[in-house]
Amino acid sequence: MATNSGNGGSDRQRVAQQRLRIIAGHLRRPEDGNSAILAAEECKGHVSEKTDASSEGKTVPRRRQEIMKWNGWGYSDSKFLFNKNGQAEFTGKRYRLSGMIIPALKDWFEGTFGANVHHKSPATPIVTSSAVQPPNLNEAFVEALKSTGIPFSIDAEDRLFRGHGHCLNEIFALREGKVGRVPDLVVWPNCHDDVLKIVELACKHNVCLIPYGGGTSVSSALECPPEETRSIVSLDTSQMNRILWIDEKNLTAHVEAGIVGQDLERLLNESGYCTGHEPDSMEFSSLGGWVSTRASGMKKNVYGNIEDLVIHIKMVTPKGVIEKSCQGPRLSTGPDVHHFILGSEGTLGVVTEVTMKIRPLPEYQKYGSVVFPNFEMGVACLREVARQRCAPASIRLMDNTQFKFGHALKPQVSSLFTSFLDGLKTFYITKFKGFDPNRLCVATLLFEGGREKVLQHEKQVYDIAAKFGGLAAGEDNGQRGYMLTFVIAYLRDLGMDYYVIAESFETSVPWDRVLDICRNVKARIVYECKDKGVQFAPLSSCRVTQTYDSGACVYFYFAFNYRGLSDPVHTFEQVEHAAREEILANGGSLSHHHGVGKLRKKWMRDTVSTVGLGMLKSVKDYVDPDNIFGNRNLL
Amino acid sequence: MASGGVYSRIDPMLKKRDDFEDMLEERRNSSDVKYALRCYSPVLYKGLSPCTPGELKASVLQSHQVLYIIGQVSRETGRASDEVVEEASAILEEMAHSQQLGTVRFFAFVLSKVFKSLFRSIRVNEEGLQRLQQTIQDHPVVLLPSHRSYMDFLLMSYILYTYDLTLPVIAAGMDFMGMKVVGEMLRMSGAFFIRRSFGGDRLYWAVFSEYVKTMLRVRTILFTGFLQNGFAPVEFFLEGTRSRTAKSLTPKLGLLNIVMDPYLKGEVFDISLMPVSISYERILEESLYARELLGVPKPKESTSGLFKARKILSEDYGSIHVYFGEPVSVRSLAEGRVDRSQFNLLPRHIPQRPGEEVVSLVNDSAYRLVRAQEENMVLQPWVLLASLLLQNHHSQQQKNHTEGATHHHSTQEQGLNPGITLEELTAQTTWLRDLSREYGAFLHWPEHTSPSDVVSSSLSLHRGLVSVCEGRVQLATEQAVGDPSSGAPPGPVSPEEKLLNRAVVVLSCASYRNQVLHVFLRPALLACAVHAASSTNKQDVFNSFSFLRNMFSNEFILCPGATVQDFEEACYLLVKTGALQVSQHEVLVTESGQRTVAFLTNMLDPFLQGYQVVCRFLCEEASESLTEKQFIPAVRKFIIKQLLAGRLRYTELLSSDLQKNALAALLRLGAVRKIKGVQPGTLQVDNLMVNSLEDTLGGKLHTQKAAVARL
Repeated sequence: MATNSGNGGSDRQRVAQQRLRIIAGHLRRPEDGNSAILAAEECKGHVSEKTDASSEGKTVPRRRQEIMKWNGWGYSDSKFLFNKNGQAEFTGKRYRLSGMIIPALKDWFEGTFGANVHHKSPATPIVTSSAVQPPNLNEAFVEALKSTGIPFSIDAEDRLFRGHGHCLNEIFALREGKVGRVPDLVVWPNCHDDVLKIVELACKHNVCLIPYGGGTSVSSALECPPEETRSIVSLDTSQMNRILWIDEKNLTAHVEAGIVGQDLERLLNESGYCTGHEPDSMEFSSLGGWVSTRASGMKKNVYGNIEDLVIHIKMVTPKGVIEKSCQGPRLSTGPDVHHFILGSEGTLGVVTEVTMKIRPLPEYQKYGSVVFPNFEMGVACLREVARQRCAPASIRLMDNTQFKFGHALKPQVSSLFTSFLDGLKTFYITKFKGFDPNRLCVATLLFEGGREKVLQHEKQVYDIAAKFGGLAAGEDNGQRGYMLTFVIAYLRDLGMDYYVIAESFETSVPWDRVLDICRNVKARIVYECKDKGVQFAPLSSCRVTQTYDSGACVYFYFAFNYRGLSDPVHTFEQVEHAAREEILANGGSLSHHHGVGKLRKKWMRDTVSTVGLGMLKSVKDYVDPDNIFGNRNLL
Repeated sequence: MASGGVYSRIDPMLKKRDDFEDMLEERRNSSDVKYALRCYSPVLYKGLSPCTPGELKASVLQSHQVLYIIGQVSRETGRASDEVVEEASAILEEMAHSQQLGTVRFFAFVLSKVFKSLFRSIRVNEEGLQRLQQTIQDHPVVLLPSHRSYMDFLLMSYILYTYDLTLPVIAAGMDFMGMKVVGEMLRMSGAFFIRRSFGGDRLYWAVFSEYVKTMLRVRTILFTGFLQNGFAPVEFFLEGTRSRTAKSLTPKLGLLNIVMDPYLKGEVFDISLMPVSISYERILEESLYARELLGVPKPKESTSGLFKARKILSEDYGSIHVYFGEPVSVRSLAEGRVDRSQFNLLPRHIPQRPGEEVVSLVNDSAYRLVRAQEENMVLQPWVLLASLLLQNHHSQQQKNHTEGATHHHSTQEQGLNPGITLEELTAQTTWLRDLSREYGAFLHWPEHTSPSDVVSSSLSLHRGLVSVCEGRVQLATEQAVGDPSSGAPPGPVSPEEKLLNRAVVVLSCASYRNQVLHVFLRPALLACAVHAASSTNKQDVFNSFSFLRNMFSNEFILCPGATVQDFEEACYLLVKTGALQVSQHEVLVTESGQRTVAFLTNMLDPFLQGYQVVCRFLCEEASESLTEKQFIPAVRKFIIKQLLAGRLRYTELLSSDLQKNALAALLRLGAVRKIKGVQPGTLQVDNLMVNSLEDTLGGKLHTQKAAVARL
C-alpha cells in the first residue's frame, strides 16, 4: 500500500488526507458519523488557543459503555464469531477485516486447541448492578467535589469499567459475572486545574486516587487493592484530550495527557504532523498511560520510544506540581526527574500535560514481508539489520506458529486469480525453494520516509535478508501482519467463547539470548501446561517485535483449551508465572513496555536490587507520604 | 541427627522394573550380513539430522568460546594467534570422532559373531529403549553407562544400532588411541578421545568442553539456513574408568559439569541424563583385573594384545543384562537449586568457574546417577554364592589360624574337610536370596528352577573360581590359577607367589561379591555401627554409623550429606527384616536378627581391617620421605608380610583399590597431608590422628571420643 504524495509539500491538507487513509488502513475504516462529542469545554483559566482540530469529535466518551465492551476488548460492534455455517466472521465496520468471512479460522482453531465450535462457554450476558458492591463514599470528599463542578459518577457501570485492565484473569472474572473491588467513584477532570483540585481534595479527605487513562493495562495495574479501606476514586483522564498547541519551529506539540493514540495521530495528521508513536493498543491507550508505563511504539526505530519523545511533562502530585522550567532538548541537571515519572505507574501522581516531539508526516510509506526458512535465520537477519543500524520503521519476526495463525486469518478472497496466485507463491516457497512449511517464518516490514530513501532502504534490507535465505513475500503479507496486531485482542474474546484462554507477555533480551529465550520460554509453557493437567497441547508462540543495538523485544503468546480444568485461571496464572521465571532465568527483562503493575511486583527487588528498590521507595515516600495514589503498583 | 520421626520410604521391594528381551536370539536365527546392511533410520532430536564430524569440528573452532581462549592465550604468551589456532586445531584432530555408518555396520557384523560365541544372551529392557527413543526426540540425551569392561561402549552402540536408535558419540580415554588400527576404528564408530589429565591447559579445556557442548546444541548453518542437531546422544562413563572391583567408583564430575552447562546457560531447554546399568554374569577381564589390583602391571592396550584375547572367545561368559534406566532431567535436578540468572551478566562465552551451588548440584547429581546405575544392576545368583563362599573361606582360615597358629597358610594341607556342603550352601543361598530381595536387590533368579540347580549351574559357569570336591564347595585357591597361557612349569613356588595366586582367586571372587555390596551397604554400616558403638543408645549408634560412613565414603557410593537419610534407610530395612529393634533412644539386635547382623558385619569386615592395616602401616612403617607414588608398593609389601605371618585374615586386603581408597579417605580427613617435601607428593602422617582412627575402626576407641569431632 504505497502512498505517494505530490512533491509540492504545500498541499498539507492533501497529505493529511492520505495520512488518514494510511492510518485507517491498518486501524479502522474511516467513519462518517462520529460518536457524540462529550468533551465539555468548561475548563477555565486555560490557554485557549487550540488548533481547529482539537474541537473535533473524540473517540472516548465519558460513558465508555456506550461504545465499548464491558467484559472484553474494544468496540461493542466489533467481534469475531462463528456464524450459523460454522464460519468465522468479524462483525462491525471499523476494521479492514470487518464484515468479512475468514474461512480457514475454524479448522485452525479446532485443530490447534482441540476445541469445538459446538462447545461454547458463553459469557454472562449483562452485568447486574447488584453484582457491584455499593460505593464506599467519603461524604466530605463528595461534597467538596460537587462544589467544584467537576463531573463525577457513582454509577455501578461507570465504576465497574474502571476497576480492571485486560489481564486474562480480569476479563475471565467479568465474563463469569464476578466483580471484585471496584472504585467507589469516577471523576472526569477536564484540564490540569481540575486535577489540581481533585488531588488537593483527595489529600485533604484522605481518599485513594487511581488514575485511569485508556484502561488497556495488562499488569493488573488498575486492580483495586483489596486491602484498601479508604474510598477509592478513579481519576479518568479521558476528557483531557486536547492538543493545546503545536510549535512548528521546534516541532513540538503540547497535549493533554488523556488523549488516546488514535485521536492524537488523527488530529496531528490534520496539521500535517505525527508523533509516530504507535503502540499496538493505540486505539485506546492514552498519552498519560504511555508515560506512566514507559510505552513503546512499533515505529520506535524512526521516532523513538516514549522516553525519547517527551520534552516536558507536567504531573500533579500530593506535594504539588512537578515540571521542568525549560524545553531544552537535553539537560545535565542531575538525574533526569522525568525518569521518576516515566514508569511510575500512577503511584506518584497524575500526568496532566505533555510536550512531545512531532514530525512532518512521512512522504511515503511501504509495507513489506520476508519469508525465512526458519526462525533462527530470521533472528540472524534481524540481528544483522540492527548491527547495520538500518532497521525500517518497523520490523517484526513471527515464528512458524504465528505464521500459520496469520494464514488462518486470511479473509475469503474474492477473485480466483488471487487464490491462484497464493497457491503459486506457496508452491514456489515450499517446493521450489525447499522451505519446510513447519519451520518457515515471516518478517513484516514497514518503511517510512522520502520515496527515494524508502526504496533504497528497502533494497538494503532485502539484500541483507537474502543473505539469510529470506525471500521477499510481498506487501500484502506485511500489511496483513500489522492489521492483525489490532484484531488479535478481539480474537481472545472469541477463544473465551469456546473454552480457550490466552494471554501475551513481553520481554527484552540481549541478541545472543534471543533464540534461547524464545525456545526455552515456549517449551516451558508447553511443559507447564502438561504438568498442570491441561488436556490439549497449548499454543505457544513468539515474535520479535523490536530491534535495538544490543538486543530485541520479544513477545510471547500462549493459549490453551481449559476444558477439564477445575480452576482454569489458577492454572493459567501458574503457567504465566513459570514462563516469567523462565524469561528471567534466560537473561530476559521483567518487562519491555507493559510495566510491572501488581502482576510482576514480586520480581522487582531482584530486578533493580534492594538499593534500587529503596531509591524508588524513598521517592514515593517523599512525594506521596499518605499513599493517596494508592494503586500499589510497582513497589 | 536422626529424629525419631516416621521413616516414609518407598519399600525397595516394590520398585518396579522392566522385563528383558534377549537381543541375540534374533541374531542366532537370521543373517548377520543382512543385519549389518539393513536400513538404519533412527528418530532424531526434533527431527533434525546431525551435522557431519567435519562441520562439528569447524563449528568448535569458530565458536566464541574457543576464539576467546585463543585470544587470551595468544595475548598472555605472546605467541602468534595463528599458532594458537593451529594448536587448538591439533587438539581437536586428536580428540574428534569421525563416526561413519560403514564402520558401525562393520562392527555390527563382527560383534554379532563375537557376542554369539561369548555370551548366552544379551538381555535388554525394551521399555527402557522406548523411553530412550521418546527422550531422544524431545531433548539432547546423555547416556551414562556403568563401566565394568572394555565391551561396554561397543555393546552400547551395538544395542542402539540394533534398535534403530541414534548412535551415540562416546568419550573415551586416550589409552585406546595406543591401539593403532582399533583406535581409529573406534573413532570411526563414534568414539572421541580425551586426555586423562590436562590440569591447567586452558586451551585443551576450552576445545574439549566446547566440543562436547556443541554436540548437545541445535545450531544453524548460516547462509544455508539449515538447522542441525549437534551429535547427541553423547555417552560417557561417570566412573571415569573401568571399575576393576565391580564396585561403582566415585563419580568424576568434569564431564557431567560440561554436559549440564548448556542447560544452566539456557542454551537448551533441558538435557536428559540416562543411567544405563550393564551387568555381566562373568566379566571378561576377571583375572586381568585381579592381577592389576595385585600389582601385576596393566598391559598397555595394544592391538596385538586384543588379538591375544582371542582365546577368550572359546569360553562361556554367561549372559549380559543391560538396563536403560529412567531419564533424569537436568532441569528438574537443578530446579530450586541453581538460580540461572546468575549467568545473565557475563557473556556466556567467557569461561566462569562454577559457583558453589553448581558444584554441589553436579556432585549430588553424579551420586544420584551412579546410585541409579547400581540399583538397576542385574544380580546373578552367583554374586550371592560368591559372598557366602568368601565369608566361609575367611572363617575357615580364621579357624585354621587359631587352631594351628604355628602353621600358617596351612588350611588345605591339613585337608580337614575344607569348604561347605552343597546342601548347606544351597540353603544359605536361598536365605540370602530372600534377604537381598527384601533389601531391593534386582536379582535375576531363574523361575521354575530348583535352588540346587541354580546353585550348581552358577558354580559350573564359574568353575575357574570354585572347586567342588566330594560334595563340598570351596574357593579354588589351591589350583594352579596362574595365567594358564603362561604355561610355566609347575615347580617350587615361593610362599609369596602362592599367596598372590590365591589372592587372584579371592579378588576375582570378591569382585562378584562387590556387585551386591550396594544392596547391603547401609544396613551393613549400621550393623557394624551397632557392633562398634559404646552402648545401644541411638545417638551412640548414629555417631558410630556416621563415623564409618564418612570413613568409607571413598570406598562406596555414599551421597555426600545424606548421613541421616542413609541411617534412617538402614534402620528401616533392618527393622523391616526383624533384625533390629529401633526405639526412640535405643537400637537393639534381636535374637532372630543375629544371623543377618553377623552376615552384614562379616561383609564389611575386610574393609574395616583393610583400613586399619593401612593406618598401622602409616604409623609403623612409613618413612618420612614416603611419596604418594611409593605408597601402594610399600603398603602392599607390608600387607604381604603381615599375611604371611598370619597376622591378617583377609587376602583381599592386597587390593590396591582398597589401599588407594583408604589413603584418599585419610587425606580427605586430614590425617595425612600431601606436602612438597624432597619430592612432590610426599605424605606427611599425623600419627596421633591416624592412630586414633585405627583404634576407632578396630572398636578400641569409641566414636564420640575419637574422630567424631572431625565429622
